[in-house]
Amino acid sequence: MSHLDGTLSLPASAYWHCFCGILKREYLRFINQRSRFLSALVRPLLWLIVFAAGFRAALGIAIIEPYETYITYEVYIAPGLCCMILLFNGMQSSLSMVYDREMGSMRVLLMSPLPRQFLLLSRLLSIAIISLLQVYAFLAIALLVGVEPPLAGYITVLPALVLVAVMLGALGLFISSRIRQLENFAGVMNFVIFPMFFLSSALYPLWKMQESSEWLYWLCRINPFSHAVELVRHALYLKLDTESLLVTAAATAVFSLLAVTGFNPQKNQKPTR
Amino acid sequence: MKTLNAVHAFRHALKPLGAALLLASTQTLAAVAYVSNEKDDTLSLIDLDSQTVIETIDVGERPRGIIFSKDMKYLYICASDSDTVQVMDLSNHQIITELPSGEDPEQFALHPNNRFLYIANEDDALVTVVDTQSKEVIAQIDVGVEPEGMAVSPDGKWAINTSETTNMLHWIDTKTHTLVDNTLVDQRPRHVEFSDDGSRVWASSEIGGTVSVIDTDSRQIIEKLSFKIRGVHPDKVQPVGIKLTADGKYAFVALGPANHVAVVDAKTYEVLDYLLVGRRVWHLAFNEDQSQLLTTNGVSGDVSVVDIADLKVTKSIKVGRYPWGVVVKP
Repeated sequence: MSHLDGTLSLPASAYWHCFCGILKREYLRFINQRSRFLSALVRPLLWLIVFAAGFRAALGIAIIEPYETYITYEVYIAPGLCCMILLFNGMQSSLSMVYDREMGSMRVLLMSPLPRQFLLLSRLLSIAIISLLQVYAFLAIALLVGVEPPLAGYITVLPALVLVAVMLGALGLFISSRIRQLENFAGVMNFVIFPMFFLSSALYPLWKMQESSEWLYWLCRINPFSHAVELVRHALYLKLDTESLLVTAAATAVFSLLAVTGFNPQKNQKPTR
Repeated sequence: MKTLNAVHAFRHALKPLGAALLLASTQTLAAVAYVSNEKDDTLSLIDLDSQTVIETIDVGERPRGIIFSKDMKYLYICASDSDTVQVMDLSNHQIITELPSGEDPEQFALHPNNRFLYIANEDDALVTVVDTQSKEVIAQIDVGVEPEGMAVSPDGKWAINTSETTNMLHWIDTKTHTLVDNTLVDQRPRHVEFSDDGSRVWASSEIGGTVSVIDTDSRQIIEKLSFKIRGVHPDKVQPVGIKLTADGKYAFVALGPANHVAVVDAKTYEVLDYLLVGRRVWHLAFNEDQSQLLTTNGVSGDVSVVDIADLKVTKSIKVGRYPWGVVVKP
């Protein structure tokens, strides 16, 4: 019981050490699952190269913020696809959470004397950092199809990407705390990932959505993922979209709170009947 | 006498100050682009430093072709539906006079002598030559049906007119004001542009979808360029405006409803790139040091700015309805 009393008096180095451990574990998981890295990269690239080729002529008919002139469809969807990488990674981390629980390795992690909130947030941040590698790899390849944001944009987009990654990771964590078994992940795909992605400004500007359906437009408007995409889009072009920043930050706070409070390690035990 | 001397000395002392102020004001004075808005009967003035519209001026009906006088004192405006060429004083933006242009003037060109204006009269199959000083018509030359594009060679020897229906370039000797020769090009020639040394003429064919490069001496086509943009139907590729850089490096061709400007290597005639601009891009203009190219995009009602060093479109600026012509005052 000594560690319970000593929680607050642990030196900062202990927190750092713990965070590094969690980050390293995420990193090892990441490089050990090369197929996961590839699929995380291939998915948005398919959209960028194949899907965008088919839709090429559909856009370029109006100038929208933050762009200064007419853009190709590839340029339009690139920020949305960056967020897609973060979305899938956030959700996949929820899958690994279920896996961890089922395999019991989560219990090992939670044996740490550090506060559970810290452990969970460390995990979120670790996943975010690993995801960033994939986003930048994607942006580097996107240069080849003419997605050329200003050079400084690659730096200004960084804090936006971190915030969005934590938001989506927290959402994934929250969902995983609600899932009892691994098989339910398919449901997450259907009921979380797809609606979030398609009901957003990732693939089409919202004014186009509004032209066809007002209520769909409003669904997109209240979708935090739309705001995440717009935040990243503006940051990539050296602009700040205050509304999106506020909504994304608020959503991050809410999801994190839900994830941390809703996390119950007891739940990982198979129902005893 | 003493006071007079004092005044004189004072004035003398002020002179360098005034010169310095003048210099400062010319240095801070940004280049201004004048854009004719065909549907609004106005000119939009764009400050090229801030890239914003700073003034909108009412002019005659359906303004299309616009050019500066060589001394940069006046702007000539083809007010097509007013059947006149208006002369605007650039110091105060007042229309000071009108020139007899013949009916429906669309495009025109000013002779290097800064006096003779060659005006294409679309409805009358004529080219009207107006003396801008005496304001008199000094010649009318019969050309093909629906004359449109006009250019005068840098040495002032030739005036070329294009006729949209006859599909020809008409070579007019500016000394005798007679039609000397014709060069057949592809369908609906709309615009001609001389290279800076005058040795080549570039002519765009809107329906033919080509640009012909013609040798001035032989008046024969030496190269024909065609364009193909991925994802754009070939019918939409309709070349209109052409601009050639003074260093002989690039030619820019506005491709109308294809919404792109083609970048052509002016030496090898190879198309290097297509730049996405607004809808129905029509005419082009350089800024003074040719670091930027401006395009008028009729249907989307804006002007796109191309950075020539990077060959990238950096901005599109909203102007009036159906912008047509553009010129830049340094």
